[in-house]
Order: sequence, then structure tokens, then C-alpha cells
Amino acid sequence: MGRGRLASALTLGSMMSMAVTMMAEAVPAAAQGVAPPGATACSGCHGPVAPGAAVAPLHGRPSEEIVAAMQDFRTGQRPATVMDRIAKGFTDEETRAIASWLSQQP
Amino acid sequence: MSQALTRRTILKTAAIGAAAATFSCRTAAQTPPKVVVVGGGFGGATCARELKRRGLAVTLVEASAVYTACPFSNAVLAGLRPIEAQQFKLDAVEKAGVDIVQKMATGVDPQTRRVALEDGSSLDYDRLVLSPGVDIRFDALPGYDEAAAAIMPHAWKAGEQTLLLRRQLEAMDDGGTFVMAAPGNPFRCPPGPYERASLIAHYLKTHKPRSKLLILDAKDSFSKQRLFQAAWQDFYPNMIEWVSLSTGGKVIEVDAKTKTLVTDFGRHTGDVVNVIPPQRAGRIAQVAGAADRSGWCPIDPVTFESRLQPNIHVIGDASIAGGMPKSAFSANAQGKVCAAAIASLLRGEGPTEPKLINTCYSLVAPDYGISVAGVYSPRNGVLTDVEGAGGTSPVNAPPSFRAQEAVYAEAWFQTTTSEVYG
Repeated sequence: MGRGRLASALTLGSMMSMAVTMMAEAVPAAAQGVAPPGATACSGCHGPVAPGAAVAPLHGRPSEEIVAAMQDFRTGQRPATVMDRIAKGFTDEETRAIASWLSQQP
Repeated sequence: MSQALTRRTILKTAAIGAAAATFSCRTAAQTPPKVVVVGGGFGGATCARELKRRGLAVTLVEASAVYTACPFSNAVLAGLRPIEAQQFKLDAVEKAGVDIVQKMATGVDPQTRRVALEDGSSLDYDRLVLSPGVDIRFDALPGYDEAAAAIMPHAWKAGEQTLLLRRQLEAMDDGGTFVMAAPGNPFRCPPGPYERASLIAHYLKTHKPRSKLLILDAKDSFSKQRLFQAAWQDFYPNMIEWVSLSTGGKVIEVDAKTKTLVTDFGRHTGDVVNVIPPQRAGRIAQVAGAADRSGWCPIDPVTFESRLQPNIHVIGDASIAGGMPKSAFSANAQGKVCAAAIASLLRGEGPTEPKLINTCYSLVAPDYGISVAGVYSPRNGVLTDVEGAGGTSPVNAPPSFRAQEAVYAEAWFQTTTSEVYG
């Protein structure tokens, strides 16, 4: 009887998890990869490539270039108005992840 | 005996399980999860587009056909910008695949997951996002009701109120007094009253130089205070007077008939009076039971899901977002994070811990901008400033630096409004 209950619990459980999986499949994953923490905030100021843009566009820029700029902003080597204050909020690892994601955006 | 019973139990349970699974499959195939977003401002419109981009079915409920943006509306007051530069339609959001319902949301039933609309119709949801902005509290300051706001405008929701205050300023004689009542924390756009004072002083200096500007404040300190006050001394000497809470600045009553603001220490009458009253989360958040006794909405800092109502998320000015100020930049950043979290939750995955940014620009004069920025992450259940990051523009900076920030302020507005509405 104990074994029977366990078996039925397993059966019901696995069917329910199957249902959840099917439900989940109705939700497609993000198109261009999952944005790492902080990455989606950049486009508040850094827009798409446009002639005469006052703020540098970041989508599609080489990853190393973004990482280097962020490091220089953090150390104060590169002059900034606001990016020095923002760059200090991200670790090297976080910055690399964001830069890599930005470089892959269309 | 027990064996027979057991077999029967298994068969029965399996049958129920199979039925349940079949039902779920059919439900999943025919009706993918639905997300409803209420509010077409910076938070709601951003979130709706981002949810759609992630392949979800999204309905955006917004009563107004035209959204009038608050950032830069102080420049409209000062005659530096037409109101049309602040106005946006939801056409592009609709074109991006979001269903737009141009109706007022009047109720939410969290149990049946249903939003009621003004015409009696309703929308079902799996997840609901509320981005209703703020409501002016017409019950908080004795004498300040909707009728009083037609005489002493708040202009804290951009649109007709902005234009009314603008007309009053234009009609004021040179040598007149402009009086502003600034609220206690928290409120929409913390540096806003002081940017407004700056740009109105710019207008007065240019057109009515004998005039004065008095700020009666319910606080002892304010956002970017050192920067504002230093610039006021340089640009508008002897024109702006700021009265703090501890020196008797808190307005406790108003009299619209005589355009008088009453404090514990005296009465101040102005030729033009701007009352920025206390605020709370927009009405639909109160109706949904998502606001606490403070009038604002406590949220989980990872998903922006309400602490009070499951499956309801609150973003933007209405939310209690810890260190993040009530700004359009914050609402935009939160809209994206909230959409990502909802997509993860609907896929049955745990959401990733987010990191958010805010940057708020203020103009002190047309070519003089200052900013405050912050980076935030969840800590002990609250969105908290990342230590060592953020802060305001330097106190000692050359005019070229201020001019550059004024350019960036305009660039931010153009970029963010084209991301949200373009």
C-alpha cells in the first residue's frame, strides 16, 4: 500500500511536471540571449547608431572596447561626466558580461 | 485486498493525472500566458514592449490617447520648449505588437486575476503589471482640492496643469512674487521642484527681472542641493529664497481664494502660487490592494512583484523601490527588469538577480545641466545603492562640463522617448 501511494504520487507528480513543461514551452526564450544584470539599463542613454548622436551607441561595439572604456572610467583615466559614477557600480566580471551582450546586439 | 485497492487507486490517480495533464496541454496550446500592463508612461510602455519582444501576449491599458511626459516639462513652464515636444502616442507600441486598450482600468480582482475596465468589460491575466504613476493627494493639505488646483496649479502631472501655470507666469507683472510649496519625501522626481525654481528664475531674470521666487519646503535637504544652491547664487542672486522645514517652510494649509500658503510661522501670498502637494501611488494600485498604509507599493526587488498581491507587479513611481528615485529613467530600467522577470517566471524558471541604474539630469539654466546617478542591487529585500558608485556631478566643474551635461540631458530625453514611443 505504501509502495502504491508512492507510485501514484510519482505518476501524478511527473505528469504535473510534464504539464508545467508544456505550459513553459508556450513562452519563447529571449531572441538575442539573456541580458546579464545591468545590461538593459544602458539603452536609457546609449541609443541606436544615429548620425550626430551625443552619446556613443553601444550595440554591436567590440566587447574589449567597452570593457576598456569602463575600466578607464572607473580609474578616472578617461574623463567623464557621469560614466565614472556608473562604472564604479560594476565589477570586472559584470562589466565583461554586459560588454559581451552589448557587442552581440543588433 | 490491499493489493486490489492499491491497483484501483493507482489507476484512478493516473486517470486524474492524465486528464489534468491533457487539460493543461490544451490550455497551454490554445491560450498562452497573458500579461496585462496598466499605464502607458515610461514604465508601462517600456515593460509592454519588452514583454512583447520576449514573445509574450501583452495588452496595455491606457486611458489617454496622448501621453505628456514630465521630464523637461519645467522647460515648458519657462517658455523654453513647446508642450508638443513632451507628447507621445502609443502607435509605435501598437505596431510592435502590443494590444492597446484605450480605456480606464477601474478595478482589479487578484483572486480571479481580472482587470475591470470603465465600460464594464474586463481582461484576464496570468501576470499583471501596474505602472500607474502618482496620484495627487487632494486630502493631505487642508484647502488644496481639485478646485484649488485650478487656481494654484500643481503642474506635477504634465499637460493642462503645465500650460495653466505657464499662462499664469506669462500674465504676472514684473516685480511679482512666485511662491512654491515643495512636499516632504517621498514624491515624484526629487530634484524636480528645484529644477523648476531654477528655470522659472531664468524666465523671470530674462523677462521680469524685478520679480522674486520663494520656495516653502517641507524638508530640510533636497536632491543635488549643493549644486542647485551654488548655481542659484551665480545665476539668480537675490532672486530665489528657500525656506527649509526647520526654518518654518512646511505649508500646513492653503487658501486658494487669496492665493495664500500658511505655515506654522506665517502666511505667504503670491502672485503666482505653485503647490506641489503630497502624492501616492496611482488609484488602480490602491484599488488592487497593492499599496500599503504609506500609499505606495512594496515590491520584491528581484521581480517587482507586489509584496501584498501575488501575480501583480508594480513598477515606476508607484513602487517602493528602495534607493531608486521616482524618475522616468528608473521606471524605464524597472520596466525592462520586470519584463525579464515575468518571462522567466512564466517559463517556470527563477528570475536572475538584477542590477539597475538611474541617471537624472536637471537644468539650472538652458546650457547648465547637473546630474545624480546611482547603481542598485537587491540587498536584504530592498533595492540598495551599490557602495562607491553613483552620486552627483562635481561641485567644482567648469562651465564646459555643465554645458556638456545639458546636452546629455536632452540626448537622454530623445533616446529614451524614442526607445519607449518611437
